[in-house]
Order: sequence, then structure tokens, then C-alpha cells
Amino acid sequence: MSEFKVQFEIFEGPLDLLLYLVKKEEVDIYEVNLTKLATEFISYVDLMRQLDLDIAGEFLVMASTLMYIKSRELLPKDLQVVVEGEEDGEDPRWELIRQLVEYKKFKDAAGRLQEMEHAQENVYRRTAPKLSFDAPVQRMEVSIFDLVNAVNVILKRFATTDSRDVFEDKWTVSEKIEAIVNLIRERPAVKFSELFAEATSRTEVVVTFLAMLELIRLKQIVIAQTEEFSEIEISQAPPQPIAPPPEPPAETAPAPAAELNLRMN
Amino acid sequence: MELKTIIEAVLFNSQKPLSPKELRDVLAQTAENSEEPLAKSFKKTKDEELITVLEALAQEHEAAARTFRLVCVAGAWQFVSQPEYAPWIKTLVGEKSRPGRLSQPALETLAIIAYRQPLTRAEIEQIRGVAVDGVMQTLLERGIVEQTGRAEVVGRPSLYGTTPAFLEYFGLRGLEDLPAADELRKIPVKKPEALLTVEPGLATAPPEQLALQEVTPRESAPTEDATSEPRNTSPAEPPTEPPARA
Repeated sequence: MSEFKVQFEIFEGPLDLLLYLVKKEEVDIYEVNLTKLATEFISYVDLMRQLDLDIAGEFLVMASTLMYIKSRELLPKDLQVVVEGEEDGEDPRWELIRQLVEYKKFKDAAGRLQEMEHAQENVYRRTAPKLSFDAPVQRMEVSIFDLVNAVNVILKRFATTDSRDVFEDKWTVSEKIEAIVNLIRERPAVKFSELFAEATSRTEVVVTFLAMLELIRLKQIVIAQTEEFSEIEISQAPPQPIAPPPEPPAETAPAPAAELNLRMN
Repeated sequence: MELKTIIEAVLFNSQKPLSPKELRDVLAQTAENSEEPLAKSFKKTKDEELITVLEALAQEHEAAARTFRLVCVAGAWQFVSQPEYAPWIKTLVGEKSRPGRLSQPALETLAIIAYRQPLTRAEIEQIRGVAVDGVMQTLLERGIVEQTGRAEVVGRPSLYGTTPAFLEYFGLRGLEDLPAADELRKIPVKKPEALLTVEPGLATAPPEQLALQEVTPRESAPTEDATSEPRNTSPAEPPTEPPARA
């Protein structure tokens, strides 16, 4: 049994227990009957011992202080001990009350700190996103010819089979626009060939390609290559003041220069 | 454009809270790099001027009842969201990364340190009436309390105080921002002379007979060894009696 010592969590220290007892009495600390309080305190300490709770030594010190106060009260006033050097009578009762009052103030203060602690958990600081102005990888401009060339390479995969296909409007440009936008949102850069990796027919490749051109026109994406004739990469356009919906082909707010140079004519 | 709106724009785009000094640096550097007379005009903005502007800005946001407000925490200014919007912000950015909540004993000990700093471990234990070794360890480890020096008494025990991390954790501007600071920072409870005439059993004087006495902080406060107080010379005038520390 004795190895199961339990910390008495409710009362952290003797002052805690005293405050609890005062509260139970429903009187002001200043008006509490310390003699009665002493009896109750000691019975609590006894109970804690019977339950084999680990009692802090401070509880016993407090119990003895209370016993002293109680015994002192039993004597007529003129026979009460006057401790040497305290002729003025440092009343032990007052000493205890003072300590209790002070402790209670800090206990209340701790309660307010706790409220602030909890409130603070719900306060979020506005933090600007970290802007990376690190020099981007050297990028080359991509001309429309590069794009056409690249798509031509892809189309060769379907060179033979596709011609016999019955035309079917299976894919729409707007669907593909959505697909590309989603893809780009997930990753910083997507390779040109990846856009067509899952394409099953010539038509699908063409539709996807048109969707890409539309996004370039809308300044939603930028295309670049790290060196000449290397794989073309597609990435999200730098953020614009207002994110325009992909649907209306209306003129969007002026965006940072797109890297595509349309040199058609 | 005026100083106030410039400060607002800078704070809104800052990645961390900014002190008046840091704001001043931004103004000075901009003045340095710019030919604009407006930018130049803020080259030598004073701290006091900045603080006035910051306070005005904070009040404007307060008055406009926006969803965010400008606050000063531990001397640095920042925009924070109003707590009632936390559920949605939480969904967006996740729980704030914060150490676990403090226990009741830790909060009590912290409250004593916060209001009475600097003070020794013995002084804390005297108020709490129980040993504080374990909780002190927690508070020190979490960096919200630190050793600030040594008391000039026998044994030169360590003095403890709170750190800026304490202010940040509770969202306080400074120690003067603590609730009921003036009351708790002083030693408030003073024995009334009338106490001794109280009847046995009725422990003490009624509250109206208890006088509160203020004490100046440590600079002039006596330490425990100050036993030579002229306690008996003027027993009839409790308010002028020097503070007694039990």
C-alpha cells in the first residue's frame, strides 16, 4: 500500500487548503475563525494521511502553526505569550491572515494569466509571406515555333492511329484549362511533355495544346526553358492584383511581362 | 501619404513584429535610397513620433472594429487577428505552434515572479507556502523566466525575473500591462493597529480596519535582514511605518 503514494493535486500547498476551507466557510478571509479553521485543517491532514497520500512537509508546518494559534487562544488575553523581541505582539493570527490574503491575490492573478494564455491561443499574427527574390534559374524565352515543334514531337506518337478516328468532341478546351491549372497549382513547374503524358489521341493533344495557349494569353502561366532546345517548362504566372477567373477571355490587369514572345507574323 | 499610412503598409508586409527602432531604420534607409522629397522627409523620424503614430493607428483599427488589430507585444508592433475568427484561421493555417498550457502551480509561481520581480526563490516560496523547485525548472526551461542577478544578502541567492518571451506568450506589451499591476507589484497587506484588541476566536479585524500600504519596488525596499526598523517608535501611525517584510 505504501508504495502507492498519490500527490494531492487539488491542494498544491497548505495555503491552498486553507483558502479552500475559508471558501467553504463562506466568510471573508479577514473574518474567518482561525481556531475552527485549525481543527478542520488538521482533520484534512489526518484524512490525507489515512488515505496514504504523500503530504508535503509544508502541511505539517502549517498544522503546527495553527495548533499554536489555537492553543494561544485558549489562554486569557493577559496570560498569552509575548514572544521576545516582539513586545508589540506580532500576532501569529495576523501573520497567517496576511499570508493568506497575499497568496489569494496571486492565485487570482494566476487565474487572469491563464485567461490571457487561452485567449492568446486564438490570436494569429499576420505574417507576410516570405518573398523569394533569389535570382530565378536562367530562363530562355520560348517562341511559338519552339512550342509548335514540341507539340509536333508529341503528335508523332499518334501519327498512324489517329487518322482513322471518328471525330468526337470528347475533350473541350475549358476542361483542359482546368486540368492544367490544377496541375500547376500542385507543383512549381511542369514539363511540357507531362501535359500530354496521358493523352490518348491526336485530338486530345491538340485540345490540350490550345488550352495551354489560352492560359498563356490569359497570363495565367508562363513558359520557359533553361537552355536552348531543352525541355519546355510551364509554371504559374507571378501573382496578379486580381486573380481573374479562367473563363472570360477579358483583358486582365497588366501582369508582369509574360515570357512568351508571339512572333507569329 | 503620411507617416501613419506608410507605417501601416510596412507593418502589414512585415514578416515579423517591428520595434520602433526597426521602423525607424526602414524610414532612414528608404530616405537614403530615394530621391523623393517625401521619403527624404522621414529620414530623421524620432521614436516618440513613431510611437504616437503607432498608437493612433492602433486606435483607428480598434475604432473601425476590423477583424484584425494592431498590437504591441514586448515592444514590437504587429497586426493580429481578433480571437473570435480563430476557428476559420485555424482551418486555413493550422493550430498555432505553442508549448503546452502552464499548470496551475506554474501559473501561480509565474504570477508572483511577474509582479514582484526581481526576487529570490525563497521569497517566492514564502508567498506560495510551498516549495517551487519543480515549477521553477519548468519556467526556466520554457524561457519565460530567467535569472536576472543576485540579491545582496547573505548567500547571494539568485534573483529571478520574466523574459520578453513571457510577454509574447501572454500577448503583453510590457510588465505595466499586467492586470492590476500597481496593486500587486507593491506589498499591499499591512497589519492594522487595531488587530490586537480583537477578541480571541474572532481572528482579526474587520476588513475596513485593514490598511493597505504601498511600498516602492526593490530599489528602496528592505531585504529580510533589515531588522532595525524603528517599529516601536511610532506605533500609532501605521501609514508612515516602513514596510515590514515578514
